[in-house]
Amino acid sequence: MARPVRFNIKQKDTSDWGINIASAPQGHMGEGFFATSLDKVVGLARKNSIWPLPFATSCCGIEFMATMGSHYDLARFGSERVGFSPRQCDLLMVMGTIAKKMGPVVKQVYLQMAEPRWVLAVGACASSGGIFDTYSVLQGIDQVVPVDVYVPGCPPRPEAIIDGVLKIQELVHNESLRRRNSDKYKLLLESYGIQ
Amino acid sequence: MSLTNDIIKTRLTEKFGDLLSAWEEPYGMLTFTAASDQNLKVMNFLKEELGFNFLTDITAVNYPDRKGEELAVVYHLHNLVDNIRMRFKVFAPVEKPDIYTATGIFSSANWMERETYDFFGVNFVGHPDLRRILNVDEMDYFPLRKEYPLEDQTRIDKDDEMFGR
Amino acid sequence: MHDHNNIRLPEGSIEKETTTLNLGPTHPATHGVFQNILELDGERIIKADSTVGYIHRAFEKIAERRPYYQITPLTDRLNYCSSPINNMGWHLTCEKLLGVKTPKRVDYLRIIIMELARISDHLICNSIVGVDTGAYTGFLYVMQYRELIYEIYEEVCGSRLTTNIGRIGGFERNFTNTAFQKLEKFLKEYPGVLREFENLFTRNRIFVERTKGVGGISAERALNYGFTGPNLRAAGVDYDVRVHSPYSSYEDIDFIIPIGTTGDNYDRYQVRNAEMWESLKIIEQAYRKVQEFKGAESEVFHADVPAYYLPEKSDVYTKMEALIYHFKIVMGETEIPPGELYNSVEGGNGELGFYLISDGGRAPYRLHFRRPCFVYYQAFPELVTGGMLSDAIVTMSSLNLIAGEMDG
Repeated sequence: MARPVRFNIKQKDTSDWGINIASAPQGHMGEGFFATSLDKVVGLARKNSIWPLPFATSCCGIEFMATMGSHYDLARFGSERVGFSPRQCDLLMVMGTIAKKMGPVVKQVYLQMAEPRWVLAVGACASSGGIFDTYSVLQGIDQVVPVDVYVPGCPPRPEAIIDGVLKIQELVHNESLRRRNSDKYKLLLESYGIQ
Repeated sequence: MSLTNDIIKTRLTEKFGDLLSAWEEPYGMLTFTAASDQNLKVMNFLKEELGFNFLTDITAVNYPDRKGEELAVVYHLHNLVDNIRMRFKVFAPVEKPDIYTATGIFSSANWMERETYDFFGVNFVGHPDLRRILNVDEMDYFPLRKEYPLEDQTRIDKDDEMFGR
Repeated sequence: MHDHNNIRLPEGSIEKETTTLNLGPTHPATHGVFQNILELDGERIIKADSTVGYIHRAFEKIAERRPYYQITPLTDRLNYCSSPINNMGWHLTCEKLLGVKTPKRVDYLRIIIMELARISDHLICNSIVGVDTGAYTGFLYVMQYRELIYEIYEEVCGSRLTTNIGRIGGFERNFTNTAFQKLEKFLKEYPGVLREFENLFTRNRIFVERTKGVGGISAERALNYGFTGPNLRAAGVDYDVRVHSPYSSYEDIDFIIPIGTTGDNYDRYQVRNAEMWESLKIIEQAYRKVQEFKGAESEVFHADVPAYYLPEKSDVYTKMEALIYHFKIVMGETEIPPGELYNSVEGGNGELGFYLISDGGRAPYRLHFRRPCFVYYQAFPELVTGGMLSDAIVTMSSLNLIAGEMDG
C-alpha cells in the first residue's frame, strides 16, 4: 500500500504573489489538442530555452558571473545551461573588449555556430569600442559579425544584461521561420563576408 | 652595515668610473645613466656584489628631442634584503637601437624586453625569441613612439572633428 | 570510392609522435583571453608556448593623452576583480609626485576599501580553482558575498565593478552611515561563510590530490622570474609591499604575512585563504581606528589641497578662490612638478608598479604599469611541462591570471 504524503500538503494562497500565467498563443483548442501555427510554437519553445555562449574577455565577464550567480539569476529565464562549444549554442554573448588580434577569433566562433543564431554585444567595448579609441581595439564587434542586441554600460549592471537577454527573447519569439533563408538575411551576411 | 644610496654610488663609481653619469635621486630612488654597452656588466655587478637580485621592471621612453639618444631603456632593480630600489637607464639612437639582452641574468626579462621591442623597436641583441607580444604580428610600426598617434588611422567612419582628436 | 588526392597533410605530420593542441584564446578553462599551444604526448605536456595580447588596449599610450585625474578609470580596468586597489595605487603615485599628504582618517578608509578589494579578488581565484577541479558549489556560495562587497562600493562611489573610487587627496564624499552599516554586516556574516568555504576545500581529498604537488616552483626560480604577491609567498619568500614600503598608514595596522613552502597550487590556495583572514583582521582594526575620530575630525574625507582636489560646488559658485582653483584644475593649468618616480602597491596579484615621468604638463610624458600577471605568466611553460593537461588547467587558474592586467 502506498504511503500517504505527509509534507507540503497545505494549499498555498498565491493570490498576492504576483504570479502571471503567460497567455497561450492564438489557436484552436479542442478535446486533448491545441492547434496553432508552427512559428508561434517554435518561437515560444526557442525563446525559453536559449543556450548562451559567454564569450567573456574582460570586466563585463565578471558582471556576467554575477548575473549567473544566485542574486541576479539568469537561469530563471531558461539560460541555465551555458555552453562553451559554439556548435551547441544559440546565443553568442560577447562581453568585454575585443582587440584587433581577437577579431578573427570572434568571427571564427560565429561561423561555427549553427542557424538560428543570435549575437548579444554586452558592454560599451563590444558595442563600439568603449573608452578605448586606440590602434589596437576593434571599435565594436559589428565590424566583424552581425549583432542583434547591444547592451550599453561600462560594465552594464546585471539587470541591464538580463534586459538584453529578454530583448533577445522577444526577437526569438517573433522571428519568422523563413528569415534565415530570405534574401535580406543573405545580403546581411554577405556584407560581412560570410557565405 | 646596511646598504644606502651613497654606498651603492661609491661602489659603482669605483668599479665603473666614467661609464656612469647623470647621478640623481628623484623621490629618494638612486638613478644613473650607463653607457649603452655596459648594461649587462652593471646588472651583473649589482646582482652579485650588491644583492639586487630582483628585476622589477624593464621599459623604455622615447625622447625625440635628444638627438642620437632617442630611446632610453630603463631598468628598475630591487634589493629585497636591504629593501632598496634603484633604477638605471641606457640610451640608444633610434637608427640603430641595439642593447644587450638581460635574459641571461634574469628570466623575467624575456617578456619585458619583448614588450619594449613591440612598443619602441629596441633591438635586444641575443634575445632568444624577439618578436611582437602584445600587438598583432603584422603591425609594421612601433606604436608608443611619440611620432605615431593613438587612434587607428585607417578608420573611415569616425569623424575627427566630432571625436575631438 | 572517393578520391582523396586533394588532401594535403603538413610536412612530417604522419611521423610526428606528439599532438599539437591549441588551448585557444576562447576556452572555458582559460579565465581570460590568452592562448597556449601545447605539444602533448598522450596526456603529458612536452612543450608549451603562450601567446598574449588578445585584449591589448594600449593603456600606456592612452595615458599620455589624459590629465592625471582622468587616468583613474584606466587603472580600474587593469585588474578588474580588485579595481579599488589599482585606483588607490594611482592616487598614491600622484600624491607622491605632487607632495600631497593625506590625513589619517583618509588613510584608514583607504585601507578598508583596499582590503575589501583584496578579499573580493582572492574569493574569485579560490572559487575558480574549485570550479576547475569540478566543485561548482563553492563558487556560487561565495559570489553571494561578493555582492555584499559590491553594495559597499556602491554606497561609497556609485559603481560596482570598475569603481573609479576616490580622488587625488582622498575620497569624493564621506562614507555614509549606510556604508558603515553594510560594512558591519559584512564583518559579522563573512567569517562564517569563509569557514564554510574552507571546510569544503581545505581537507577535501579530491581537491588536495588535484592540487598538491602540481605546478610547484622553488623560491629562487620564482624570484628570477619576477613573481610577486601570493604566488611568490606560496614559494616561501615573505615579500609584501605593504610591509616593505608601507603606504597609506599600513604601518599602524598589525597583521602577518602567510607564506607557503613548495609553491604548488595547494600552497597558493592556502596562502590566498590565509590572506583573506588577515584582510578581515586589517579591516576590523582600521574600522575601529576610523570610529575613534570624533566631532569635526570625523567629517574629514580628503586632504586640504585646493590646488589638486576640486573644491565644493557651493564654494565654486560663491567664492573667488574656489572658482579659480576649479578653473585651473579642469583646464589643466595647475602646477605639476616635473620629475620621474616609481611607486608600487600590493595588488591582488602582486606588486603593481607605476613608473611615471612628468614633464610639467597636463598629461604624463610617459606612464608605464608594471603589471604582476604579465611578469609571472612567463613561468607558465616551466610550471606545466612534464605534467598532465588537466593539471595545466588547474595551474592556470590558481596563478590568478587576469587578462586585462596581463595585456594592458
